[in-house]
Amino acid sequence: MDLIATALPALGEAFALILQPQQIMFLVLGVLLGLSVGVFPGLGGIAGLSLVLPFMFGMEPVSGLALMVGLVAVVPTSDTFASVLMGIPGSSASQATVLDGFPLARKGEAARALAAAFASSLFGGLFGATILTFFILIARPLVLAFAMPEMLAVTLLGLAMVAVLAGRLPLKGVAAACLGLLIGTIGEASHGGSLRMATYDIPYLTDGIKLVIVGLGIFAIPEIISLLRQDQSISRDAKLGAGWGQGIRDWWSNIWLSLRCSTIGVLVGVIPGLGGSVVDWIAYGHSVQTTKDKSNFGKGEIRGVIGPESSNNAKEGGGLVPTLIFGIPGSGSMAVFIGGLALLGYTAGPQMIQNDLNVTYTIVWSLALANVVGAGLCIALSGGIARLTTIRFALLAPFLFMMISFAAFQSRQSLGDLVALFAVGVLGIFLRRFDWSRPAFLIGFVLSSQAENFSANALQIATFRFKRSFEQGMDYIASPIVITILIVTVISVIFGIRQSKQILSEGAVESGSKRAPLIFLLALLAYMVVAWVNASMIDLMSDKIFPQLVSTVGILALCFLLIRMMRAPEGDAIFADREAGGEDAEAPHKLWPTMAWLGALLVLSALLGFILALAVFMLTFFRIRANVSWVRTLVLTAAGIGFMIFLASTLNRDFPPGLLQELVDLPWPLR
Amino acid sequence: MTTKTLAVAASLAIASTTAFAGGHGIDLTGKTVEFVIPFSETGGSAKWANFYAPLLSEALPGNPTVVVKFMPGAGSTKGANWFQEQDYADSQGTLIFGSSGSTQFPYLLGDPRVKYEYGDWNVVLASGTGGVAFLPPAEAEKLNGLDATGLAGEDFIWGSQGATRLDLVPLLAWKMLGMNVEPVFGIKGRGDGRLMFERGEANIDYQTSSAYLANVTPLVESGAAVPWMTWGALDANGDIVRDPTFPDIPSFKEVCEATPACETSGEAWDAWKAFMIAGFPAQKMVFLPKGADADAMKTYTDAFNTILARDDFAEISGARLGVYPQMTGDMATATLKLGTEVDPAAKAFVVNWLQEDYGVSLQ
Repeated sequence: MDLIATALPALGEAFALILQPQQIMFLVLGVLLGLSVGVFPGLGGIAGLSLVLPFMFGMEPVSGLALMVGLVAVVPTSDTFASVLMGIPGSSASQATVLDGFPLARKGEAARALAAAFASSLFGGLFGATILTFFILIARPLVLAFAMPEMLAVTLLGLAMVAVLAGRLPLKGVAAACLGLLIGTIGEASHGGSLRMATYDIPYLTDGIKLVIVGLGIFAIPEIISLLRQDQSISRDAKLGAGWGQGIRDWWSNIWLSLRCSTIGVLVGVIPGLGGSVVDWIAYGHSVQTTKDKSNFGKGEIRGVIGPESSNNAKEGGGLVPTLIFGIPGSGSMAVFIGGLALLGYTAGPQMIQNDLNVTYTIVWSLALANVVGAGLCIALSGGIARLTTIRFALLAPFLFMMISFAAFQSRQSLGDLVALFAVGVLGIFLRRFDWSRPAFLIGFVLSSQAENFSANALQIATFRFKRSFEQGMDYIASPIVITILIVTVISVIFGIRQSKQILSEGAVESGSKRAPLIFLLALLAYMVVAWVNASMIDLMSDKIFPQLVSTVGILALCFLLIRMMRAPEGDAIFADREAGGEDAEAPHKLWPTMAWLGALLVLSALLGFILALAVFMLTFFRIRANVSWVRTLVLTAAGIGFMIFLASTLNRDFPPGLLQELVDLPWPLR
Repeated sequence: MTTKTLAVAASLAIASTTAFAGGHGIDLTGKTVEFVIPFSETGGSAKWANFYAPLLSEALPGNPTVVVKFMPGAGSTKGANWFQEQDYADSQGTLIFGSSGSTQFPYLLGDPRVKYEYGDWNVVLASGTGGVAFLPPAEAEKLNGLDATGLAGEDFIWGSQGATRLDLVPLLAWKMLGMNVEPVFGIKGRGDGRLMFERGEANIDYQTSSAYLANVTPLVESGAAVPWMTWGALDANGDIVRDPTFPDIPSFKEVCEATPACETSGEAWDAWKAFMIAGFPAQKMVFLPKGADADAMKTYTDAFNTILARDDFAEISGARLGVYPQMTGDMATATLKLGTEVDPAAKAFVVNWLQEDYGVSLQ
C-alpha cells in the first residue's frame, strides 16, 4: 500500500510534466533521431546519444530526459529493419530476430514480419515501462540477490540455448559454440592481462574482436554474398505477400508468448552486468521450446520474430532499474545516458529516486510514449520499406557493403576493423556453407567474457567463503536462485538436444562429397589446437584455465566428428555443403569472385582511404557487375557517397584512412 | 559550504597567477574543436570531458563547437600513442587531448606499449580528485581509533579492475597496513566493485570522490558502510593533508602513522605517495599537441580560467567533479610534473611488488 501511495502521486505529477507541448516535441525529436540512427546496423543508442549530448547542458531537465529516453527507447524497435530486410543484425539486441525474420522477407512477407516485430516491440516496451514504475521502488533487494554465482547461472542458461540451435548434429553446435567462446578470449585477459592468441606487434588484436564486427561478419556478409550470387531480389519472386495487417494479427494470436518473452526481457535487463546480448537468444530458445510444431523455425516462423522482439524492448525498461537505483549502467548506451543525466544536473542513484521521484517517473512516461510513437511510425512505414525487398539485389549490395564497412569501422576506428570484418566474414561464409550453427557460434562469442569472468570471480569468492566455513560457502554458491536457474538450464539442454534435429535454424542443407567439409573441419581443429598450445604457455592460472578448458572441449567434439566423417559414407548429414546443391550451388555467380568485390573495397580503402575507395568501387560495381547505364551509375554512386558523408559529419565520425592519406594531406571527407 | 568557497577562492587565485608572456590568442570562429578522450563513452573521463566541453565552447574565442571524440583501446595507450603523432601545426588549436591516471600509470611503470612522451605535450588544465576507502560496520568495529592493527587478522576480499591500474594505490596502502586483502580481478568498473560490496561479496572497497558522494553516502546513512580513510590531498608544499572534500575522514597518512605495522617513510611509503599523486591529485589533464605556440596556450589557459571563474562553477562542478583544484598555467605544469615523474626506486619497488604478489609482469 505504501508503495502505491508513494508511486501514484509522483506518477501523476510526472505525467503532467511530460504532457507539455514542448516536452512532447522533444520526445518526438528523440524518437525520430533514434529511428534514423537505429536503422543502421552497428550504430545504436551510443551513437545517437553522443549526437545529442553536446546540447544537454543547460537544457530543461524534463525536455532533456524526453529527448534522451525517446532516442534510447526506439533503437531496439528500429534495428529490426536491418535484421528482417537484409539479414543483418541491427544491434546486439536483435541478433535472434534474423533467424526467422529474414527468411520471412525472402518469402515476400517482410511487411508481415516487420509489423509483428513492431507490435511485439510496442507491447514489450510498454510492459517494461509498467514494470519499471513499481519495480524501481522495490527492486533493490532483488538486484542485490544476483551475485556472481547467480549471474554465472544466467550466463549458463544463455549458453544452454546452443543446444536448441545446434542444428542436425549437436556435436557440431558444441564445436561452433566453443569456437565462439575461444574467439571471444582473443586479446588481453581481463584478470591478469596475459595475451591470448595475440601479440603486442599487432596492437589491434590485444583489445580483442568486437561484437559489432562478429555480428556483421558472421550473419551479414554470408547472406549478402549469397544473395548477390543469385542476382535476384531479397523476396524471391520480387513480390510482396502478406501485409502488415497480418503481422499484427500474428502478434495478437501469440500474445501470451509475447508476454512471457517480455517478462524474460525485463528480468534479464534488471540484472546489471549481463547486458542485452543474451536476452534475445533466451527469448528465441523459449519461443522454440514452447511451439508445438517446430519444423518452421529457421524457415520463417513468425513466433521466432515475436519472441526476441518482445524481449529486447522490455529489456530497456528493465535495464533502467539498475541504472537508476544503483547508478550502474547495464549497457553502453545506459552509461552514456547516465552521463547525460549528469549534464542535466541529476546523479543516477538512490538519491535521485528518493528526492526526485517525479522526475524519475518522467523517464518512465517518456519510455512508454516513445515506444508508442516509435512503433506506430515503424508500422506505418513498414509496408513501404518492405518494398526494398523487391529491388534487384545487385543495386542494393554496394550500399550494404558501404554501410557494414562504415559500421565496422566505428568499433575501433582502425583499418584493422575492415580486415577483421573480412576475416570473420570468410569464417561466416564457411560456417554457413558447411552448416555449422552460426547462432551457436555467436552465443559462444557473446557470452565468452561473461562466462570467464563470472566463473573465475565466483570461484575465487567461493573459495574464500569455504575457508571461513562450509556453510558460508554453500550459502554462497547454492542459493535458491542459482539452483532454480540451473534446473531450468538442465531442462533446456535435455529438451533442446531432443528437439534440435527438427529445428534447422538456418534452413535445410544438401550433403555432398567428403573433401571440402573435411578440410574445413581440419582447419577448425588446427585453430583449436593452436589456441590450446597458446593458452598452455600462459603463466597465470587465472588467464589460461578458461581458454584451455574450452579448447579441450572443442578439440574433443571435433575429434568425434572426425571419426564419424571417416566412417560415414558420402552424402551423410555430416558432409553438409551448400555448394553441393540448392540455391547457392545453382547461383549464376561463383562464391569467390563475389567475395572479391568486398575484398576489393577493403584493399582500395587501405590504399586510397574509404571515401575515394568507395567512389571507385561503386562506379565499377554498378557499371560492370550490376550492368546499369552510366547515368544511373553516377547518380547511385553520388547518392551513396553523399549520404555517407552526411552521416559521418552529423555523427562526427571519421573514415578509414589509407596509404594515400599518409603521403598527402587531404581535406576532411577524403582524409 | 566552506569547502566550496575555498575551492572557488583557490581557483580564482590560480587564475590570477597565470602568466603567459605576450600572445594575442587565436580565434576559433566557425571551427570545430575535437576533445579526444582515449577511453570509451562509459568511463569517468567521459563524464569529465562531457562536463567541460560545453563550457569550453562558451569560453573559447569565437565559440567553436567542442565535440568529445572517443578513441578507446589498450587502456588508453592507443589514443595516447595516436596523440603523440599529432602536430600542432596540423590542427591549429582545434585538437585537445584528455589524459587520465590510467594513461599515466603505464607510462610511469615502463609498459612496453607506451610510445608517448608527456614531456612533448602542453598542459592547459589539470583536474584533481580523491578517493575514499570504506568498510562494512562489522569490520569497522575492529578499528581502534585510527589504529588499523585490528584488521590485520581479517580476510578481506575486494573487487578490482587490475593491479596495474588506479587500484594499485589502495592495494599498496592495505598491504602497508599489514592487511590481508584478496583482490578479485576482472571487474569492469568501480561501480561493479561497489555493487559487490553492497551484495556482501566484497568486504572492503574504495570509490573516487564523485562516485562516493553519489552512491556511497546513502549506504553510510543507512548504516551499511562506514567511511574509513581518504587518500588525502596535497598542500602547497607537496605534503599529504586531509582531503578538503571530506574534512571529517582521516587520510591514509594519519591511519598509517597510528598503525604500528605501517611507516610513513621508506621505500614503500615513497612508492605509494608517488603513485597516489599520479593517480589522484594529478589524475586528469588537458593537453595541446606538441609544437603548440604561446598564442594557443594563452587562448586555452584563458578559456579554462574563464570557466573556473564562473559564478556557478562551484555549484555545477561540485556534484560532478567533487571539490578539487582545477589548475591552469604554472600550477598545471607543476601538477604534470608531479603526476608523470616518479623516483626510479619507487618504480622499481612497485614493479617488483606487482610481480611478486600478483604475477604481473610488465614486459
